Amino acid sequence: MHKDAAIREPLILGDKSYKDITDDIVAPIEGAAPKGWKILITITGLISLYGIGCILYLLGTGVGVWGLNKTVGWAWDITNFVWWVGIGHAGTLISAVLLLFRQKWRMAINRSAEAMTIFAVIMAAMFPGIHMGRIWVGYWVFPLPNQFGSLWVNFNSPLLWDVFAISTYFSVSLVFWYIGLIPDFATIRDRMVKPLPKKVYGILSFGWTGRAKHWTRFEEVSLVLAGIATPLVFSVHSIVSMDFATSVIPGWHTTIFPPYFVSGAVFSGFAMVLTLLLIMRKTMNLESYIHVKHVEYMNIVIIVTGSIVGVAYLTELFISWYSGVEYESYAFLNRATGPYWWAYAWMMGCNVLSPQVFWFKKLRRNLAFTFFISIIVNVGMWFERYVIIVTSLHRDYNPSSWGEFHATPIDIGTFIGTIGIFLTLFLLFARFFPVLALNELKTILKSSGEKYKNS
Amino acid sequence: MYDDDGTLMTAAQALVDKGLRVKDVYSPFPVHGLDPVIGVKRTRLGICSFLYATTGTTLALLGIWYFMIADWPMNIGGKPSFSLLENLPAFVPIVFEFSVLCAAHGMALTYLLRNGTLPGMPAQNPDPRTTDHMFVIEITSDQNHDHSEESIEGAIKETEIVELSVKDYE
Repeated sequence: MHKDAAIREPLILGDKSYKDITDDIVAPIEGAAPKGWKILITITGLISLYGIGCILYLLGTGVGVWGLNKTVGWAWDITNFVWWVGIGHAGTLISAVLLLFRQKWRMAINRSAEAMTIFAVIMAAMFPGIHMGRIWVGYWVFPLPNQFGSLWVNFNSPLLWDVFAISTYFSVSLVFWYIGLIPDFATIRDRMVKPLPKKVYGILSFGWTGRAKHWTRFEEVSLVLAGIATPLVFSVHSIVSMDFATSVIPGWHTTIFPPYFVSGAVFSGFAMVLTLLLIMRKTMNLESYIHVKHVEYMNIVIIVTGSIVGVAYLTELFISWYSGVEYESYAFLNRATGPYWWAYAWMMGCNVLSPQVFWFKKLRRNLAFTFFISIIVNVGMWFERYVIIVTSLHRDYNPSSWGEFHATPIDIGTFIGTIGIFLTLFLLFARFFPVLALNELKTILKSSGEKYKNS
Repeated sequence: MYDDDGTLMTAAQALVDKGLRVKDVYSPFPVHGLDPVIGVKRTRLGICSFLYATTGTTLALLGIWYFMIADWPMNIGGKPSFSLLENLPAFVPIVFEFSVLCAAHGMALTYLLRNGTLPGMPAQNPDPRTTDHMFVIEITSDQNHDHSEESIEGAIKETEIVELSVKDYE
């Protein structure tokens, strides 16, 4: 059995046994919905309805209800798309990459992080769909034989690479999440007394029994899926960055985009995980399972990836001068001093300066402060994508084509709506699904639980 | 039935040492080190996923060759539409993603089918507590013809069991 070093902090606090783990995590599912949950989901539900209304209006009337114009053809739509995809990446990183690195602290957070990934990718995938104008012919993005001579899609285009990448990412994340959930659903099924929940969890658990051979296969599948999900994380966001990098306009056409976007995605994703989990651990009494150590580790990831993003910003600035290309230099001068300087200031402040506070141990172990910073990072990363897209589009090579973008209420409403839908889905997940990976936590109880560790 | 994975492992080892064959072990989580003791062979699912991945790569390359080179090559910004090899860098993202798709879904489906765990299947664990905090070793007399029922029971009782249940199957 794996022996943990005595000086390592225990990962599971308190006097927990295997049964306690099950009880603590299944209790919220078995009991009645707490009042706070009902209030929250009503609010997020209303926001979602408003967002869906905005989207239906958009689909019915046309993309002109957004503030887009000939100069700035992409603004909030693609900003939101990249923002949501970035958030999704943290879940896969926590599940897959940390599994490959044998980091046991991932076990308390991976289930909810993966759920967050799936809901975030659903939100992300909505935007390419609704921004194309004629969503009813959206199936044209797939290489299906057709009556137009069989007109095929363009495999050279990053926009198509996106289609394959996001679809693959979504379906593989879903499969990974669900395979892990099956044994936990079985646990709930065997505990449920009321007939309807028992039947539902029975169907959801696929008849899982917990045989030794099945567990062996389970671990192999988890390992292999983690192995293939890891390059998926890197490739998907690199492909998203190629939507910009393979273009010709200054501020977009730079080779630093793939690594910059990938680390930015991990950065914003971990911030969102922190935002959600810091609230969830308090409201669902999971403080023994998700505690300061987990938050500290996540803050360390934030400072690493935030610093990479900061270095990427500085590199872009340096190269814009060093290259001697006047268009590139102007693009960055315009970002800092032009009509969108305020967005650039938000971006730089939130993303470069704020994560640096986590060099101080006291601050990265402070939960309230971490929550505050996680919100700042979420906001900052939205502004980063906004700055990249809008400032590069609104003033490119030819001054006679220059224009400006101003958001309409539908732009804003659609975005707020997706936040509402995401939170609604997450609240439903927290109510009906086991938010921690029961079977995985039990495997580390003996090695990293406080009760057993130093006895 | 046992209430701890440590006693489970010692018990399994003790029973196997006495020459008994263990039919199965039910646990709420994977117990490491158990497989070689009770004779569970390595799974070949990893090899499966590799084969599915190569299928995906082949399909994707074949498809892209047909769509972009053979059937309707087009001059898109001067890209070499006459040769798959020269245009290959641009096709790598989709070939990779499709391989991952086939590997992941192929392996997941194979896993579910091999385990017999599919939507709607009934639960087959002997006791509902085995998905919570208890462990069950199942020994059948069918697999242990050279031991009498009493000797099997005796061997089991020597281990640190919490409960013992004897079932008759026709």
